[in-house]
Amino acid sequence: MIKFLKRCYLGIILVFLYVPIGVLIVQSFNAGKSRAKWEGFSFRWYVELFQDTRIMNALYVTLSIAVLAMIVATVLGTLAAIGIYSMKKRPQAVMMTLTNLPNTMPDIVTGISLMLLFLFTKVERGYVTMLLAHITFDVPYVILSVLPKLKQMNKHTYEAALDLGATPTYALTHVIIPECKQGIITGAMLAFTLSLDDFTISYFTTSPLVQNLSTLIYSAARKGIEPSLNALSALMFVSLLVLLLIVNRRTAESKE
Amino acid sequence: MKKFLIAVCVLFMLLPACALADEVVNVFNWEDYIDESVLEMFTEETGIKVNYMNFTTCEDMIVQVEANPGAFDLCFPSDYIIERMIKKDMLAELNYANIPNASQTIPYLQNPAYDPEQKYSIPYLWGTVGILYNTTMVDEPVDSWSIMWNQKYANNVFMLDSIRDSMGVTLKYLGHSMNTQDIPAIMSAKQKLIEQKQSGVVKAYQVDETKDKMVAGEAALALVWSGDAQYAIDLNADLAYAVPQEGSNVWVDGMVIPKDAKNKENAEKLINFLCRPEIAVMNCEYVRYACPNAGAIELMGEAYTSNPVQNAPEEILAKCEFFNDIEPAFLSIYEAMWMEVKNTK
Amino acid sequence: MIDMSLPWWGWVLMGAGLAFFLLLIIVSIRRNHGVKRSLFASPYTLWMIIFTILPVVLIGYYAFTDTNGAFTLNNFRNFWDSNYESNKVIMQAMGEAGAAYVSRGTVNVDTLVYSLWMAFKCTVICLLLGYPAALFMADRNMKLGPTLVVLFIIPMWMNFLLRTIAWMSLLEDSGLINTLLKWLGFSGVQLMYNSNAVLLGMVYNFLPFMVFPIYTVLNKMDFRLSEAAADLGCNSYQTLYKVIMPLSVPGVISGITMVFMPSVTTFFIPRMLGGGNTMMFGDLIESKFLVEGNWNVGSALSLIMMVLILISLSILRKADPNGEGGGIA
Repeated sequence: MIKFLKRCYLGIILVFLYVPIGVLIVQSFNAGKSRAKWEGFSFRWYVELFQDTRIMNALYVTLSIAVLAMIVATVLGTLAAIGIYSMKKRPQAVMMTLTNLPNTMPDIVTGISLMLLFLFTKVERGYVTMLLAHITFDVPYVILSVLPKLKQMNKHTYEAALDLGATPTYALTHVIIPECKQGIITGAMLAFTLSLDDFTISYFTTSPLVQNLSTLIYSAARKGIEPSLNALSALMFVSLLVLLLIVNRRTAESKE
Repeated sequence: MKKFLIAVCVLFMLLPACALADEVVNVFNWEDYIDESVLEMFTEETGIKVNYMNFTTCEDMIVQVEANPGAFDLCFPSDYIIERMIKKDMLAELNYANIPNASQTIPYLQNPAYDPEQKYSIPYLWGTVGILYNTTMVDEPVDSWSIMWNQKYANNVFMLDSIRDSMGVTLKYLGHSMNTQDIPAIMSAKQKLIEQKQSGVVKAYQVDETKDKMVAGEAALALVWSGDAQYAIDLNADLAYAVPQEGSNVWVDGMVIPKDAKNKENAEKLINFLCRPEIAVMNCEYVRYACPNAGAIELMGEAYTSNPVQNAPEEILAKCEFFNDIEPAFLSIYEAMWMEVKNTK
Repeated sequence: MIDMSLPWWGWVLMGAGLAFFLLLIIVSIRRNHGVKRSLFASPYTLWMIIFTILPVVLIGYYAFTDTNGAFTLNNFRNFWDSNYESNKVIMQAMGEAGAAYVSRGTVNVDTLVYSLWMAFKCTVICLLLGYPAALFMADRNMKLGPTLVVLFIIPMWMNFLLRTIAWMSLLEDSGLINTLLKWLGFSGVQLMYNSNAVLLGMVYNFLPFMVFPIYTVLNKMDFRLSEAAADLGCNSYQTLYKVIMPLSVPGVISGITMVFMPSVTTFFIPRMLGGGNTMMFGDLIESKFLVEGNWNVGSALSLIMMVLILISLSILRKADPNGEGGGIA
């Protein structure tokens, strides 16, 4: 009985989370433009989506920035984590504070402070500045997911490798990095996701010339959203879902 | 698999770099303020790519232009913002040799006060501010701003989230000029707006959202620009538009080129293209505001001239006023008072 | 299509950084002993100095200067009295008679208080809804944990702006809920354009940030502890109060942080669901920068908010001195 109630509760919360998404997906198949009225089933918005150069451009900006920011942040973050891990206690504490700082700053302040930096140094805001901003907020997350794995690692493995004649570089690439691979992957995924969904920081660090999906949606939201944006998010949603199912299946198989 | 991933990444990095060479023009316009197929036609005809960007209010625009020098080649600010941009020396003089179609401007809008010799700007579209109302919900005649304060329409009125427009019509309602620098008058307008909010008449303060919501029947009355009104009326025949007898605001949005524009000639080509009568007709029929282009008006004929929403009659225009730019120090009073209105609970 | 331009010194800086980085790698490969590994953190340190420390310093700089760059405290006076500038203009224009029209503007302070109050309500609701959810998810008898985590993460992949807009189509007067009510014969209710709608939007968006950290901590917890408690005679409620809850404090703390901070500063949700009737502090800061173009006052407001958040975080950290609260990961 109690188990049933618990399930009910979780079910209600999940419904709460999924109702708007359901609405979005249903709307993307609405033949009309109105949010409220159902005017018949159609793929119209899916067709228009691929013809809309602004949306396609924004999609390209979003994805390319997410990928580039992920790569740079992962390299920078993994190296930094190894560096921080092998520091003495005092500098380590300083570095950890520095790493936690962006987490304690609200997005809007991060965005505005970066905007001020670019305005102050007279760097034209656009693609590059948005990328720099994304890398900046991604790196700490990579560090925070790699560092725990390093701490879990058996310290003597590395020393053993050296004793057995490995060079420090060899030990690094063949012992340390494989040990914290899981953390690196988590960090990279996290960076990618965060960068994909970011609105506030992008909003302040780009010019209206270069828009990612979030800023495009924001400027379109006021006049009534194009249903083709719903279509896009439905597509992204489904493709991520499929990806997830594949990954899950694979991990399940490898466990067996 | 790994190699494939690397290839994808490299491709991603290369793409943005190699798409630089084209002739472009960077356009900064109001949200939903052009028939976008016009831009495609322009690209087809001239080979110049149009990067099209949007803003929501003029105040947004001027801040963006200042913060991104060189980013924009062609902007569409309203009259008083043009005046401010001229004062701040932000605009480039137009080279009329490149814009022969500029001669199409109707006499009413030639040599306006904000740009007396029309050195910097050419009118794009113009219109009035008035009340859009739903005739199924409002049965009395709409001829005074007082209806926007009427308790009967509690929670049924949309106001504009735009300082000058909302403050301006309130000043008009109270019998003052929209450009007043009389402090007691501004204070009484603020009081009036606070009263309106406290009495629960206002449903929301918004800008571009209004038209679609009015079509959906979300409110009885809304403060709108005439083109938004026409757009909504086209979609919902129950809606009607009126400019109250106390008078209102008449405005022009001009085409201007910022001083540090990188593609000035391309911008001039685009201005000339937009001033071509057939093209002006397309924009006017899409955006639904009033057209400043004599050739275009001739092409549209009676359908346009007999429509009082788009083509405001002279007796209404006689009661309307253009905005003047108010100097920044004094504008801070308007800004502070508007904030107080919005802060009212 | 996309302008990749940077000023020349930007390229020089980036080139120098890259060269340093390559040097580091080459040297570490060449020399048998390798470079000191702590040096690996140096590119990151440099990056953080340029893109985190320097920008924060800039906020401080703008907050304490006027438009000419001279030192001033007026921006903070402006926070306390939002009519500070306009009152000066009024007194100048009208002289003595102006006094009747001068008053302290409470807009900024009111908005801050209102935002904190909204964020507080949002955090409490998220905690009340999220804690049981996390608890049930971590329940070993239910065997649902991993699946549910995925189910909670998936909605976050939809753009949050679009999800908020989807709420609009549910809540509007002509929206789905009202249509349904009217179809069932009830009269419609106004659900949008008020602070409750804003609160709903906030809870909806931030709830997962409360659930994950609590779940992570509960899941890592040694479940034998609760078995031991049961063996020692605790009933399930006592186990919950005396064993599980105290052990989950770190998760709760990090959940509170992750919900409270974004909800103080959100500006999209109130704008969409509140219809401009309610202003939040994030809203105010955004409009200072992007509508009025007043960087100085905007910076002062940002600084005030940052300090407030740092203070509240350090109070929270007291409750969790080891910083054990898990993040999403």
